[in-house]
Amino acid sequence: MAMVHPPSVKYRVWLTHAGLIGFLAIIIFPLLMVLSISFRTGNFATGHLLPVNPSLEHWSLALGFPYTQVDGTVIQPPFPVLTWLWNSIKIALISAILILMLSTTSAYAFARMRFRFKGIMLKSMLIFQMFPPVLSLVAIYALFDQLGQHISWLGINSHGAVITASLGGMALHIWTIKGYFESIDASLEEAAVVDGATIWQAFRYILLPLSIPILAVVFILAFITTIAEYPIASVLLLDVDQLTLAVGAQQYLYEQNYLWGDFAAAAVLSGLPITVIFLYCQKWIISGLTAGGVKG
Amino acid sequence: MLTGLQLSSVVRFLKRVLPLSVVGVGLYLVVVMYMQQQLAFAGLFLVVLSAAAFVFCRQEAYTHRYVFPAVAGMVIFVIFPLLYTIGISFTNYSAKHLLDLPKAQQYFLQQTYKVSDKKYKYRLFFQQQNTSEKTAVIALVDDESNTTYLSSNFSLIDPVNTTLPLTLVSELPDQEPATIKTIIQHKKQLKNIKLSLPNGQHLQWVGFRHFAAVAPLYQLNDQQQLINQKTGDVLSIDWQTGFYKNNQGVKFSPGFKTYVGWQNYITVLFDPSISGPFIQIFVWTIVFSLCTVIFTLLVGLILANLLQWDLLKGKGFYRMMLILPYAVPAFISILVFKGLFNQNAGEVNYLLGSLLGVRPDWFSDPLLARTMILIVNTWLGYPYMLLLCMGLLQAIPGDLYEASAIDGASPWRNLISITLPQIIKPLTPLLIASFAFNFNNFVLITLLTSGGPDIIGATTPAGTTDLLVSYTYRLAFQDSGQNFGMAAAIATLIFLLVGALAVMQLRLSKVKV
Repeated sequence: MAMVHPPSVKYRVWLTHAGLIGFLAIIIFPLLMVLSISFRTGNFATGHLLPVNPSLEHWSLALGFPYTQVDGTVIQPPFPVLTWLWNSIKIALISAILILMLSTTSAYAFARMRFRFKGIMLKSMLIFQMFPPVLSLVAIYALFDQLGQHISWLGINSHGAVITASLGGMALHIWTIKGYFESIDASLEEAAVVDGATIWQAFRYILLPLSIPILAVVFILAFITTIAEYPIASVLLLDVDQLTLAVGAQQYLYEQNYLWGDFAAAAVLSGLPITVIFLYCQKWIISGLTAGGVKG
Repeated sequence: MLTGLQLSSVVRFLKRVLPLSVVGVGLYLVVVMYMQQQLAFAGLFLVVLSAAAFVFCRQEAYTHRYVFPAVAGMVIFVIFPLLYTIGISFTNYSAKHLLDLPKAQQYFLQQTYKVSDKKYKYRLFFQQQNTSEKTAVIALVDDESNTTYLSSNFSLIDPVNTTLPLTLVSELPDQEPATIKTIIQHKKQLKNIKLSLPNGQHLQWVGFRHFAAVAPLYQLNDQQQLINQKTGDVLSIDWQTGFYKNNQGVKFSPGFKTYVGWQNYITVLFDPSISGPFIQIFVWTIVFSLCTVIFTLLVGLILANLLQWDLLKGKGFYRMMLILPYAVPAFISILVFKGLFNQNAGEVNYLLGSLLGVRPDWFSDPLLARTMILIVNTWLGYPYMLLLCMGLLQAIPGDLYEASAIDGASPWRNLISITLPQIIKPLTPLLIASFAFNFNNFVLITLLTSGGPDIIGATTPAGTTDLLVSYTYRLAFQDSGQNFGMAAAIATLIFLLVGALAVMQLRLSKVKV
């Protein structure tokens, strides 16, 4: 747009910059604060925003090492943060792989094949996806309690249960992948089928390699959603060593046992990798969110 | 070494056998669940298994093989729990009515009472004692006749519910008996053990030093009534209240699960001590969701407009920083805010205190707690709106703005007359989805305030910042009460509302399938 701007526009640009930076300062404040608190000595407010005597006490506890204070007393790590992180990553990885595999094949059928009840299935999937699992937790608990009596790795307090429960939430991913598949011309696959390939081969060797980008997006989205999942994991997991990070992290901030500094270090330690992954992939994630066009 | 031909025949063999064995194992589960009176679960797995067998064995259902896993996942983990919850809402399922009738009956029939005052002293002797196996014998001494009995070996690791026969012996084993401390440690296991004397009398643990003769307290008659053997009391089933009652109308715990019709719904909507907090929470849930949508949209839209401005430099940087709250996992940032807003140790109050001289009570004043929740949720939610608005703004044709610039329109006029009308239509369904999401924003409330401060005078665990979802969660899972039936009734009411929103959203977004 070629236009002549009045001189006053320069001030308006500066004003906008100032406004944005001021807004950013407020937005980023909590995050910077946590970083600063994680280096502070002790678990209580010192009356300073920046740590006066920076110490690695909280970091060493978060990484699982006992910390020796200046006066010689040794503090043991309050919670197994690294175990929680590992549990979370394990659950999220396996869930994301399963979700990716199952929703890709479904999306393929929905995008390319014609069968009865297709429209109804797609629409009802969208509707049912809006019902939050929190509301049927009693039923989900009872379900896994039952399963656990016969299959021990699917019972209460097992990671298998949390992974399996995450398979209920595939509708949005199916929609996203389906949208992408539909944007790819079907003539290549049709040609392959004419040349004697099976439908599975056409899907596996022609369509899948073309859709790597969207598969990466769905994988990352599924991974992040499962890592942040709270309600189901909070009901299904009981032992401290079995918890995921999302469920365990809140134990730092109980009224009776308020470990603000320890929490800060653990939060930065575990939140940073996820944040970096998200920011690194943001371009694809956002395009995935808007491409599906149905993100809630 | 397998040749290619052999390999393919092995694969073909596996292809036949594997599904069959999976279905076989599944059918076994169905039968076991059916035997245990778990009809709902047995039915669910029967349906899913039959569908699986059909889809994977019949050629005409080939296409359905691709969609089966996703649909099955949806049915098992979303639709079935939903229906099951609706089912619970018509029962009195709660901490007081946890068991089915047969299980409750079994509980009563297992109760025992002391037949006589005669007590037997006992000693515990360990046979083997390592971590994986711990076996012992019990030696019983009858003081009156001065006879000694010895039980058979039993395991002390898992609490057994078995009857051990006693045999007459002349002397005790030649080893130190277990100390009283060890006996206290194994109290739970010892309580489960029954001894039977050679004359057929049953003995049970009655104290740290004694066993005594016991007999079942209740006997079942042919009208399904329980007869108390000690007092002669007759307990009959009362389906209305879900309890066993005697002739005087006294209820006996544990109660059992029974169908109570619309009782839970009537209680939630019309019982003043419950419907009062319920309506208060409902109104707050609506206010919270509306405010969240409005605030996040406002902030997101303004920022998106600024970031669209051609003259502004460094957009990439701003964009990256502005979506940072979206990139941090919510469960971490919510807890961070919980700490920052803390009354005494929080940095927000430190700042406010040193700048303005006030230290608001964020967690115990209802109004302040609600304000804090809205602040935090706007922080969490505006980046999503920003991203949506940026996408939608890019789709507006630029010549509209050129034309308005020629007419000398102000930025404000541009926003009202061009931008808003252009984006409102694609935005509406997304706003409805956002409303529905926040209506059920359980994680935010649970991690930030856990619903508190409490509503004064409520008989159920209800807080002024509770949303309906967190309220149902507390009704069902908090230690006091555990009223699954009522929680399910409220959940069902929310289902209706969310369902209406979902259908509305689907209509407005004109999804093509």
